[in-house]
This record gives sequence, structure tokens and C-alpha cells, in this order.
Amino acid sequence: MSMLEQTRETMRRDRVFDWMMPSADFSQRLDTSHGPILYVEDVTVSFDGFRALDELTLYVDDGELRCIIGPNGAGKTTMMDVITGRTRPEQGRVWFGQRIDLLRLDETEIASGGIGRKFQKPTVFQNHSVLENLELAMAADKRVWPTLLARLSGEQRGRIEEALETIGLTAEAYQAAGQLSHGQKQWLEIGMLLMQNPRLLLVDEPVAGMTHQEMDRTAELLTGLAGKHSVVVVEHDMEFVRSIARQVTVLHQGSVLAEGTMDQVQNDPKVVEVYLGE
Amino acid sequence: MISPKAVKVFHVVAALLLCALVAAPAGAEDFSDLLQELDTRNFRTKMDVAEQIADSGHPRAAAVLSALKDGNLYVHQSDGRIVIQQDRQGPVVDATSGKPIAEAGSLEKIRVNILMRRQMGPAIARLRLASPDPEERLAAAKAMYGELAPDDVAMIRARLEKEDNDRVRDALRVAASLALLDSGEEAQQLEAVEVLGESLQNEARNALRQAAGEEDNPAAVQEAAATALETVESRVAFYDRLEQVFFGLSLGSVLLLAAIGLAITFGVMGVINMAHGEFLMLGAYTTFVVQQLMPNHIGLSLFVALPAAFLVAGAFGVALERGVIRFLYGRPLETLLATFGVSLFLQQLVRTVFSPLNRSVTTPEWMSGSIVINPVLSLTMNRLVIIAFALLVFIGLLLIMNRTTLGLKVRAVAQNRSMARAVGVRGEWVDAMTFGLGAGIAGLGGVALSQITNVGPNLGQAYIVDSFLVVVFGGVGNLFGTLTAALSLGVLNKFLEPTTGAVLAKVLVLVFIILFIQKRPQGLFPQRGRAASEG
Amino acid sequence: MTTETVNSVAASERPVMRGGLSGILYGDTGGKIFLGVLLAVGILVPALNLLTEPGSALHVPTYTVTLLGKYLCFALLAMSVDLVWGFCGILSLGHGAFFALGGYAMGMYLMRQIGTRGVYGDPVLPDFMVFLNWESLPWYWYGFDIFWFAMLMVLLAPGMLGFVFGWLAFRSRVTGVYLSIISQAMTYALMLAFFRNEMGFGGNNGLTDFKDILGYDLQADGTRLALFMASVIALGVAYVLCRFIVGSKLGRVVTAVRDAEPRVRSIGYRVDRYKVWVWTVSAMLAGVAGALYVPQVGIINPSEFSPLNSIEVVVWVAVGGRGTLFGAAGGGVLVNYAQTVFTGVWPEGWTFALGALFVVVTVFLPRGIVGLIRRRKDKKEAGS
Repeated sequence: MSMLEQTRETMRRDRVFDWMMPSADFSQRLDTSHGPILYVEDVTVSFDGFRALDELTLYVDDGELRCIIGPNGAGKTTMMDVITGRTRPEQGRVWFGQRIDLLRLDETEIASGGIGRKFQKPTVFQNHSVLENLELAMAADKRVWPTLLARLSGEQRGRIEEALETIGLTAEAYQAAGQLSHGQKQWLEIGMLLMQNPRLLLVDEPVAGMTHQEMDRTAELLTGLAGKHSVVVVEHDMEFVRSIARQVTVLHQGSVLAEGTMDQVQNDPKVVEVYLGE
Repeated sequence: MISPKAVKVFHVVAALLLCALVAAPAGAEDFSDLLQELDTRNFRTKMDVAEQIADSGHPRAAAVLSALKDGNLYVHQSDGRIVIQQDRQGPVVDATSGKPIAEAGSLEKIRVNILMRRQMGPAIARLRLASPDPEERLAAAKAMYGELAPDDVAMIRARLEKEDNDRVRDALRVAASLALLDSGEEAQQLEAVEVLGESLQNEARNALRQAAGEEDNPAAVQEAAATALETVESRVAFYDRLEQVFFGLSLGSVLLLAAIGLAITFGVMGVINMAHGEFLMLGAYTTFVVQQLMPNHIGLSLFVALPAAFLVAGAFGVALERGVIRFLYGRPLETLLATFGVSLFLQQLVRTVFSPLNRSVTTPEWMSGSIVINPVLSLTMNRLVIIAFALLVFIGLLLIMNRTTLGLKVRAVAQNRSMARAVGVRGEWVDAMTFGLGAGIAGLGGVALSQITNVGPNLGQAYIVDSFLVVVFGGVGNLFGTLTAALSLGVLNKFLEPTTGAVLAKVLVLVFIILFIQKRPQGLFPQRGRAASEG
Repeated sequence: MTTETVNSVAASERPVMRGGLSGILYGDTGGKIFLGVLLAVGILVPALNLLTEPGSALHVPTYTVTLLGKYLCFALLAMSVDLVWGFCGILSLGHGAFFALGGYAMGMYLMRQIGTRGVYGDPVLPDFMVFLNWESLPWYWYGFDIFWFAMLMVLLAPGMLGFVFGWLAFRSRVTGVYLSIISQAMTYALMLAFFRNEMGFGGNNGLTDFKDILGYDLQADGTRLALFMASVIALGVAYVLCRFIVGSKLGRVVTAVRDAEPRVRSIGYRVDRYKVWVWTVSAMLAGVAGALYVPQVGIINPSEFSPLNSIEVVVWVAVGGRGTLFGAAGGGVLVNYAQTVFTGVWPEGWTFALGALFVVVTVFLPRGIVGLIRRRKDKKEAGS
């Protein structure tokens, strides 16, 4: 983005982020404004001298479905940790839109502020039913006392049912989440993400351990989400990435190695070297 | 105050004494005969004999005279021998040889009158001043504090020429200066103040305090005394501080001994063992049993107790790991409860087998006594030994962890269990051995603890919370952290104690650690890296 | 298996729609039985005490009534521990501190009620203060002669301690065994502190020689029955309250924290605040238990703070079955009854038994007695 454009974007006064409103409506998330929703600039994180992220710079556009690939240790998970406030970088800037400095917020604020994350290992609440899992994730007043007295409104029920349908678990609504199959758990996770009503979804290895059928269903789910949400998918499975990706970023040793469409990236000699050289 | 007459007698005796020092010591026969002459009712004769005894220069002279003075010298009724009995129930020893005698029989006291007693006090002091034993000379010098007249100073100085022990020299100088301070002459007083200002002894400080406040003294003396007092008191304060550090280090090394086994089982294996304190207790009881088995070799018994305690506690540890803990890996809270049950069980076991009462473990001679650095700072032997022992154990453990295959395997299993198994480490075996090692080290700690606290069923309980806090405070999995944490907590505790009292100091330290852990849950030396940032 | 699941889900889902007591207890068979038993005990015991002759086989002597009342206080304490351990996964080894604080608040009220009947006859100062030559009442004793103020303190003193401790601990994410150990250190530190005479709580001897409560003689049978009834009611109300909490959305958040804390944080809940809330409520419940305990046993002293007491409570909960509330309460009664019997027969044996109980329950009965019964039932259903 050019300097001028960036300045102009910064100076806009008409823009109010809808996540700042207490309870944004499920259907109102389409944002027509252009430009990145996520800015990651010059971010460095190191553990005991090992640089997990090395001046990483990355932009994700609003409504985009971005796939991030890279060999083990490339810094994919650490990047997500930084964005969601779990890890503090030593240097760099992370902005959500143009106005929100994510480095100043903590994990909970970021989570309730519009960035949802699905972890690598599916962690649903095993002892809660599918419906309860979705209820817990739902965007609502999450302070203690209101939660104690909370009752599901008809409208909230509607949203949960809608999500159940999207992830195809309507029949299992009252089943304990621990009894779901691996694939179903992953979808439930995505469903929980949706209930949070996030502007940006970070999805870590959604198809690990899935059957082909489940993978197709997941691909459908994720592509369906893009547009309404910005989605960042970290994945190892190349075939899956190819099936959903429009834009691919390759990370290597903590920084961006290549960026482009799947075909461009696959033919990039640097990428070939990294993948084949190992 | 001493009457002039007594002083005069004293001078005579002192003069005689100086002669006696050059005269050849009398033989045992003569001395024994001389003593026999004490068996008379005539006090004048007795006084003469006493003088002769003083002159004899015999090594037992001082002992006999002080026994005479204190009314401990008797005539044995069966054979008329002169004997000494220090207290009513005490052993009876032959006055000449100092050897105990077996024959029973009634004793008749050799009486002395007040004049004799006065006369003998300084005489005995002089005799003892010439004793070959420096402790004896020191006691003699101290006995003269406040008892000397300014005229005696010359003699003390003469004695100083020959004296080569620093502590005795100090005591002699103080004795002389105390006398000079009373002389009323400004120059001498000033000189005395100067000498006293260099001594750390209590009496010196008291005299200075008195001299500073005494209105009869010249202003210069008062002022000099006040200044000297100030300097000497700041030095005393310094040594007090040093002593606190020493006490703190000693408490810290006790904590270290208690916590270091835990640093292995908790820090490396991640097992919460609430029965850890009981392993300490087992070690202490092993010491007790070993001493019961070899009552005539107390000094040696500790060296037998050390490996024994290691084995006993280690065996219990392995049994605990195999019997209970291995079913509970990955469930830390359950482990905590189960091992707590085991700790209750072990306590009751000891109560039933031994007794609910405390058992006393004898401290061997080589560990008793203390090293006197100066009059205000002395380091007790047993504490010194424990500090050294704790450090030895620590170094030993470091070597085991870093240099042996067991250590290597332990670290491998701790870092990645399945990976370790893949390269052929038998995880189960390593778990049992590691746990045994941790428990065995607690046993060693128990041996040390038995030397400074009561050995009872609750011995371990008192240390368990402290030990956990030390490990957590130092940073789990970090042996050096444990060392630092134990020593610094010990010192902190001892520094708080004078101002707050022992209990409150402990409470404050606990509160401090609680707050600290809440501020830095990873402890003083957190493990860094990816693993640490998860969760 | 599936039927069981559907049932349990219904149990946790329905209260969302229903209100009132029936909503809170919907699907909670064990809880209904528990409340039923409690009601029966609450009626039968006083009836048998009052209506039968002392010689008759059915007569329940007042001594037994008080003993039962004591058990009920322990049951309430166990329930408060279960609330944090069973539902929130926080293993507290320091709940005895809250229990003791509640007890001390009550004890202070009872001390002030003695008035001039003490050994020294001082109208204001309790005996031990006169003994220590104190001139006047310390400020923190003010107001304890007023019953409602003392009762408020029964809730507030443990509540405040719980809040401050929880706020410090949970905000800095102290979890698991670390939390257990510092909670133990907390009660240990308090024990040491309360042993000091300077604290103004009677030091070693604590508070004792109480005379009456609200003007009624503590030794009188009627008062003892009333205290027993109060314990029954407190336990019943506490059960319903806890059930309401764990059945609410907050309860689901808290159980989610127990199962996967980071995940709860990542969906936007302030986990620390939830923990502090539950912890504080639990501390207050423990305080109430202590306050009911003290007039029935007639003494409160610093040994109530001892870490051993707190950890014993955890075993009651484990024996009964954690995460069930009524199981914890039952465990509290059961273990204490066993202790009474055991100490009568073979005094030293009790510690052995208790130690073995810890091991057996954790290794073989991780779900406690309630879990055992449920598994039996499931097997039977699967068989038929």
C-alpha cells in the first residue's frame, strides 16, 4: 500500500468499528471498506535466543481467506500467539484495522474484540453438550454477574441453531462434545468461532487427522465463511490448501518467504528449495 | 571491694608465684605429701601449706587450690587421701593425680576461712595464668577483670611479654586497662580507654560506658571513652550482622537439605510428594537407631547413619513410587492427596514403633563446641558442619545430574518421556530411581536435622510447606534456583527475627513468598522457552 | 450409555428455561434424595430428642444431636470445597482458614456475650485480654457484641480473605499444585499468626468458655436443638445455592475453566474473575460452616487453621465423590462418623485408616462413592 493511501486510510473519520458496539448483529458483518484488517509489521519473538519470528511483516485484507504454510518451526503458531495476545513480541507492531493496537490489549480483550482463534489441537469442552459449547462461545455480556443470571433469549437460540446448521451438528446438539468424532470436534470449534462473531478468524490446522470426506466439508465451511469474515488458515496439507486458497503466504524461519496464488508460490524457486531441501 | 590487707597478701603470693615459675616443679611425691598437710584444723598452717602449694608450680596446684577455695577438697576417710569432688553426686578424684578413685567412703571437707579464700582467689588466678592450656589462661585473665589494682598492671605487662595467644593477650590487656581506668590519672585513663576501645569484650564496653558517664573523670577521658564506645559499638553491630548472616545461612542450608530432594522429585519429575517431609523424618530416626546400635562410637555413628539413612529413605521412596505414585502420573492433584495419606501413615507408623515422644540424638564431640572468632562472634560447630554438608550434598547432586548416566536419563525422561523411551531409556526404572534418589537425599537431610532439632514424628511436617515454597520460589526444575532460594530465605528470616520475633518473621516470609509467587509464578529463575509460554 | 448422556444434558440444559426450586433441582436425583434425607433428619432427630423418654431405644440424646450438628457443619465445609474443586478444578488446601475465620467471628460474638460472668468479671474485655493486661478492646473487636454485625463478619471476614487471596492468585494465573501449596501456606501462616497472643484472638487457647447466644444458654438442650436445626437449614440452603450456581451459565463457564482453562480465556471470558467469584462464595460458605460449628463445640483455637485440617476436608470430598455437592457433604458426614467410631475403638488406628483412605480413594475411587454407585447403576441398566 502506498504511503498516501495509508495516510488517507488513517485520516478517515467516518469509520466506526462495529465490534466496538456491545453486541454486533450476526448478519451485519459485511464490511465494504477495502484495505487490510490485520497488520503485522516487523514482529520479532525469540525464545532463549532462538528467533521464532524474525521481523515478520504480513497484511491480511478484510474478507480475505488467507492460507499460511511453512515447514515446522516456521513460526506459524507463534504468529497466532502474538496476534491473540498470548505472546508478547520483543519488537514490531500488530494492528487490527487501522485503529486498534493489539499489543496493548490482553488475550480476553482481543478475543471479545473480534478475533477468534481455533487451536491446533481441537479443544472443545468435553463435558459440555454441543449446544452448551456454542452457548459459552456466543458473543454476549461475559462479565461474572450477568453470566450468573443469563438466560438464553429466543433470538440467541436462533443464532445457536443457525450455527448448528452451518456446522452440520444439529442432530448432535445435546450430545456431550467429548463423544463427537474428531472431525465433528473440529467443526464444533469452527462453530464456536462463529458464535463469537469475530471479524477475523485464525484457524490452526483445521483438517489435521480428518478423513477426505470431512476435509471436503471443512473446505466448504471455510470458503463459505470468507467474505463475511476474514479467515487466516494455517495448514500443512497442501492438497487442502490448494482446494481453498486464493492467496498463500509461505513462512520460513520466522519471516515471509513468498506470497501469491498457490501456483505462483509453488513455482517459486525459494519455496521449492525450502521444501525439497529439507 | 578488696580490702588493703587482702591486696597485700595477694602481692606476696604473686611475688612468690613469679619465683615459682622459675623454680623446678616439685615431684609428685612431695606434692602429695604437701597436700596431706592440709588435713589439719589450724588455719594458719593451712594458709602456709596453700602458699607452698602455690609455690610448688605443680600442674595440679591450680586445680587443688580452687577446689580448696570452693570447699570441694576432702579427706577420704578410709585411707586419708586428699580428694576432690566437684559436686555431691559427682565422681571423686585423687587430688594429686586427678584420676578418679573407685573406693567408696565418707569424705570430710577441708574447711577454709574467709581470709584464706580472699588470699587464694588471685593466687589461683596467677597459677592458672601460667597454665599451659590457653583456655585455662583465658579464664584466669577474665577472672581478674575488675579485681586488679593499678599497681598490678606492671605484672600483667610482664605476663603479656610471655603470652602468645591473641585472645589471652586481649583479655590480659583488658584486665590491665580496667585497673588503669580506676587509677584517677588522666594519662593512664586515656591509655586504658584506647586499649578498651579496641576490645570487643562486653566488660570493656561496660567499662567504657561507665567511664563516659562518670562525672569524676576528666572531660577528656569522658569524651575519649564516648568516642571509643561509639566505634566499638559499630564494630559490634557489624559482627552481630555477620552472626545473623551465619545463622541465616545455617537455617538456609537446613532448608536446602529439606528442599533439595524435593527439587528432584517435584522439580524434575513433576511429582508432588507431600510425604517428602517424612523421608526427612525417616533419616533422622535412622540416625537415632544407628546410635542406639553403637552407643560407644557416637562420633563414628553419623558416618554409618549417612548411608543407612540414604538407603532407608530411598527404599521407602522407591516403594512409594512403585506402589502409589506410578498410578497417578499426569494427575498432580491426586498425587498430592495420595502422598499426603502416605505421610500420615508414616508418621503414625513411627509413633507406634518408637513413641509419640521426641527422641534425643547425641551430637558427637567433633560437632559440638564452637569456633570463637572474637568475643562477639563465635560460630557453632554443628551449624558450620551442616552448612558444609548441605553444600556437599548439593554439589554431589549436581554431579549426579550432570555427569552420570542416571542423571542423563532423568533429564531425558523429564524433557520428553516418549522420546526417551524411543531411544531405549526405561522410563519406569528411571522414575523409580529418580524418586529413590530424591527420597534418599531427604534421608541425608534428616541425619543433619537430627543434630539440630528434636527427632519426633512431626519432624517432617514442619519442613514440608517450607520446602515446597523454596523449590517454587527458586524456580521449578532449577537446582541453582533452589540453592539461592533456600539460602536467601534463611538469611531473610534471620534478619527479620530480631525486629519482629521468630513467629512473625516466619509469617512475613510466608506472605512474602505467596506474594512473590503470585507476581512471578515461575519463580526466581524461570525456565524460558516455548514450553514456558504455553498454557 | 446414550440415555445417561441425554439425561445429563437435559439436566444441565433445562434450568435455562425453568425457574424456581424445581428448575434448579431438575434432573438432579441425587440432590433430591440428599435434600429429602436432610429434611427427614431435620424433623426426626429433634422429634426423637424431644418426644421420647431418655431411657427409650428411640431416644436421641442431646449429646448425639450436637455431634450430628457438628457433622453437618463439616458437610457444609466439604460442600464449599467441592464447589471450587469439583466444579472449578481449584484444589484448595486452605479452606480450613475460611472455616476458622467464620468460627472466630462467631467466637468473638460469643466472647462479648460473656460480659461480667468471666473469671475476671470485666464487662468489656474478654478474660484473656485482662490476663494480658490490655487496657482496652482492640478496634477490630468493636461491634462484635451486636449479633447482626457478627453474622455479617462471619461472611465478610472469610469473604475478604478469599477475595484478596483469590484476586492475587488467579490474576497472576497461579494454578494447579502451585495454588494448592500457596493456599496451604496461607492457612499455615494464619495459624502461626493466630498462635501469637499479640494478635488479640486469645493466642494458644483461642476463644472458649462461652455462656450464651442471643440470650439463650448454650448448654441448654433447646439451644442445642436450635443450633442443630440451623445447621440443617444452612446445609440445605447452601446446597440449593450451589446447585443454582453450577446450573447457571456461570456454572458452565466455571466447569469449562476446570476442563480447558486457556480455551475459556480465548473465547473472551475473564477467567480470573470467575475464579475469584467462585472462590469467594466458597470461602463464605466455609465461614458459615465455621460459625455454626463454634457454638456447638464451644471452642475455637488456632489449631483449626492447621494445614492438616484443610487437607482432611479434601479427602471427605474425594470419598463422597467430587463434583456432586451432595456427595461431598455425605463424605464429610461419613468420614467424621468413621473417625468418631474408630477413635473409640482404636485411637492410633484412625491415623492409619485416614492415611490409607487418602491412597485408596485417589488410586481406586477417583469419582468417590457417588461415582461408584452411578457406575453400578449404569452397568445394571446396560445389562437389562
